Amino acid sequence: MYKFYETTIKTQSMSLTEKFFNLNFMYILLISMMAATGVTMLYSAANGSWSPWALNHLVRFAFGMGIMIALAMVDIRFFMRYAYIFYFVSLILLIVVEVEGHIGMGAQRWINLGIIKIQPSELMKIALVLALARYFHTSSLQTIESIRGIIPPALMTLFPAFLVMIQPDLGTALMLLFTAGMIFFIVGVQIWKFVVVLLAGACAMPIAWHFLHGYQKNRILTFLDPERDPLGAGYHIIQSKIALGSGGVFGKGFLKGTQSHLNFLPEKHTDFIFTMLSEEFGMVGAVFVVFVNLLIIAYTYSFAMKSNSYFGKLVAIGLACNYFLYIFINISMVLGMLPVVGIPLPLISYGGTVMLSVMSSFGIILCVYINRNINLGKD
Amino acid sequence: MNRDNDKGKVLINRSLIVGIGKFVLLMCIILRLYYLQVFQADKYKTLADENRISTRLLVPPRGLIYDRNGVVIATNRQNFQALIVAEQTPSLQKTLDAFKKIMPLSEAEEQRIRKDLKSNKSFVPIKIKENLTWEEVSKIQLNASDLPGVIIDEGLSRYYPYGEKMAHVLGYVAAVSEKDVKDDPLLEVPGFKIGKSGIEKLFEKKLRGKGGNLKSEVNAYGRVMKEIEKKEGIPGERVDLTIDVRLQEKAYDLFTEKEHSGAAILLDVQTGEILAFVSAPSFDPNVFSKGISTKEWKELLANEKNPLSNKAISGQYSPGSTFKIITALAALEAGVIKPDTHFFCAAKMVLGTHAFHCWKRIGHGSLNVVEALKHSCDIFFYETSLRLGIEKMAEMARRFGLGSKINIGLENERAGLIPDKAWKLKRFGEPWQQGESLISGIGQGYILTTPLQLATMIARVANGGYQVTPTFTKLDPNEKNHIKKIPVNQRYLDMVKEGLYEVVNVPGATAYRSHFDYHGIKMAGKTGSTQVRRITMKERQTRILKQDELPWRLRDHGVFVGYAPADNPKYAVAVLVEHGGGGSTAAAPIASQILLEAIKLDPDLHDGAVNQSFTPYSMRQNIIPAE
Repeated sequence: MYKFYETTIKTQSMSLTEKFFNLNFMYILLISMMAATGVTMLYSAANGSWSPWALNHLVRFAFGMGIMIALAMVDIRFFMRYAYIFYFVSLILLIVVEVEGHIGMGAQRWINLGIIKIQPSELMKIALVLALARYFHTSSLQTIESIRGIIPPALMTLFPAFLVMIQPDLGTALMLLFTAGMIFFIVGVQIWKFVVVLLAGACAMPIAWHFLHGYQKNRILTFLDPERDPLGAGYHIIQSKIALGSGGVFGKGFLKGTQSHLNFLPEKHTDFIFTMLSEEFGMVGAVFVVFVNLLIIAYTYSFAMKSNSYFGKLVAIGLACNYFLYIFINISMVLGMLPVVGIPLPLISYGGTVMLSVMSSFGIILCVYINRNINLGKD
Repeated sequence: MNRDNDKGKVLINRSLIVGIGKFVLLMCIILRLYYLQVFQADKYKTLADENRISTRLLVPPRGLIYDRNGVVIATNRQNFQALIVAEQTPSLQKTLDAFKKIMPLSEAEEQRIRKDLKSNKSFVPIKIKENLTWEEVSKIQLNASDLPGVIIDEGLSRYYPYGEKMAHVLGYVAAVSEKDVKDDPLLEVPGFKIGKSGIEKLFEKKLRGKGGNLKSEVNAYGRVMKEIEKKEGIPGERVDLTIDVRLQEKAYDLFTEKEHSGAAILLDVQTGEILAFVSAPSFDPNVFSKGISTKEWKELLANEKNPLSNKAISGQYSPGSTFKIITALAALEAGVIKPDTHFFCAAKMVLGTHAFHCWKRIGHGSLNVVEALKHSCDIFFYETSLRLGIEKMAEMARRFGLGSKINIGLENERAGLIPDKAWKLKRFGEPWQQGESLISGIGQGYILTTPLQLATMIARVANGGYQVTPTFTKLDPNEKNHIKKIPVNQRYLDMVKEGLYEVVNVPGATAYRSHFDYHGIKMAGKTGSTQVRRITMKERQTRILKQDELPWRLRDHGVFVGYAPADNPKYAVAVLVEHGGGGSTAAAPIASQILLEAIKLDPDLHDGAVNQSFTPYSMRQNIIPAE
């Protein structure tokens, strides 16, 4: 008997229906759990109200879900073919933002398209993964291991990272660098090259420090010693740790977080939402979030392993790295393990751009999963 | 293709390494969560509570002070103040303008309001005006619609119903100053007032009570979200004084009627309880608890009659002829005079090169000790002192409470001075002169006493030589039964008291003009006056200026010590009138009226007490003494 969901075995292209039923629903459930957690916390952040955040978040998630499924339905060969074009479009947008920012007033991170604001740096996170995946897909191991072969992808990474850095958005620039670094490592660039780059980086640190903005320096110094300025820059971290710690194992209860509801906790609906969650639901709630995200990453890894194509594997793992960095940097930051760099917690923090960017990533990952049996040539 | 396979293998191997790395990092996060949320949870819970809970001290009502009959003499009055909450008014300027139409605000007040509004969050109430009258409060409430954001707040402020009449007894309360010992968190509360002088200071601990706590939850901006816990404080205890307001008022009024400056103390001779304690002129302590203006303060300081000084304990005066009581007792005890020893007064006595005069220019002739007291003859006491010497005189004076502090508990109490040979040598490095014994014997020279010491002295004489000590608080029966007896011969004491009786009750004696006979009750006492200026030889030869011809500052001080009833003393009084012009003219009439009032108000002392013991108090006041 013919079962439509078993058609994935076929190497030929599938119908949309077939593709839809080939989506990994467990994966989507895990993503939805995180988004639901986000809605819950945003409801609490507004002192038990759907406005201004919770309902919006839900709507955005629904919209993001649509985009995710749409992207999942796309043929993977399309991503392969247009990877570089997508990368160049993103790069041009980044330059546009940079130029506009110079003309306009100070830091500018988005392009206003009327209905929606696009943050090119978010687009670049995906575009870079796709472009690098395509580059390494078409290169031989020999090329990858040679110095000459590593120069084009290195430039592909450094140029946008530099543009983002001068926006200035240190967090996103570092995420681009780390994601690319992980991809370089995965494809087999020799470890000694990383050591050389790290050493060079360490030497360049004092010079880089010189170029950092005052507030960026402050954040790093504050991270190293939060008590340095308990009412200024250190205030956020100190209050975050108080909120977290006072939550204990089981938390203070939904809507009962004193630190968050009495406004001691800053940015509780965006960057510090994990703190609020840990205050109200305690370590149980915090571990739940970490665990579900761990599962999402593990699922992504399993998708990558199942994919027949090198491009597909690399795209899935690259995007998983990107997602992991969001999670790790945000949580480490609110726990006082990293400096405050302004990275939100995806799916939970309030914010449209990150929601769209992350849901798009999941769409492409699902696309890799659906097209796992398609072999891609080296064209 | 082989290389391609290798490429794929590298990818899988390296991906696994990265995957494990991610897992490890996420586990680090969980360890960190464990550290913060389990290991350090208690520390952070405390910090979170410190963040959100704000504790405010609740000020307990200050204890009330009562007189011996239960009349309130220091109380707390509702104090209304108008506050403005910036965020509750659409236009601050409009509201303040509307307020000014009801009640004018000075430029300085407006500036302070603006400053306070600027430096506080918009939900913090800012004081516009305090100490509002009822009328002003109702005006504000009537116009409430024009005054959005204006609220009326009531607190308690100290009020002294008898005002200046009691000021030197009760003292006053005022804001805590930097000098005050901050042993109680209440003292840190803004606007808290503590006893700064008098009974208010002496019984501060008792009157203050214990502060309560109001714990409330505040947000990061300090706004109170809700009340968590309220613990009421313990109100201050009441303090009962021995003062009788009726006598206090009477005594004070006697001074103010004639604009006298001075002091008067009325004691119960059996216990030393203070029934009236006056220092005049005085000041209004209510001004202090409200907050005194610089102008008022300067006026008080500039007044030549020194209203801020408590003359009853801080004023040191020569006792004048009232000291003859001590001289007589000492001389009788030493045996230098006998009850029937007579000296002849020829108005003048010469010792060495120095002439000593009697106050009476024609002299008294021959008199014994009782007659000498009666006429206050100076020559008799010069002769006596010459034989007695200073040491025995000083010793007797100390037995009766002179020359050292009584320790009544009020501040600025002075010890007075009873000189002796050792003192003079130490003070001036010179030996004692015989002539100095002479003038000491009539209460002049180095001798200084406070009115309270004089009251103590006369009370001890009146009660037959019991060592009572003046006190503002009632003695318990045990203390009453254990008052020590002064070693003094009863016969001599009676002899002195006979003299004191004659001073008042025999026509022609120094205080006869002030005598009274109220249902057979009479008073006894001794006048005294102390020269403030020196009478020159030239003046003696021509004519000694009369007291009312002299400027106020140069007139004599008038002193009177006395007691009543003369035959069975119950009340003793000491009156000092600064520059009053003499004991018999200024001090004795006041003393007489105070004693008479005390007797009239004492139901135990009336004839036909059986009938009157059932008469309501209000009616008793109307009993008219037989003249």
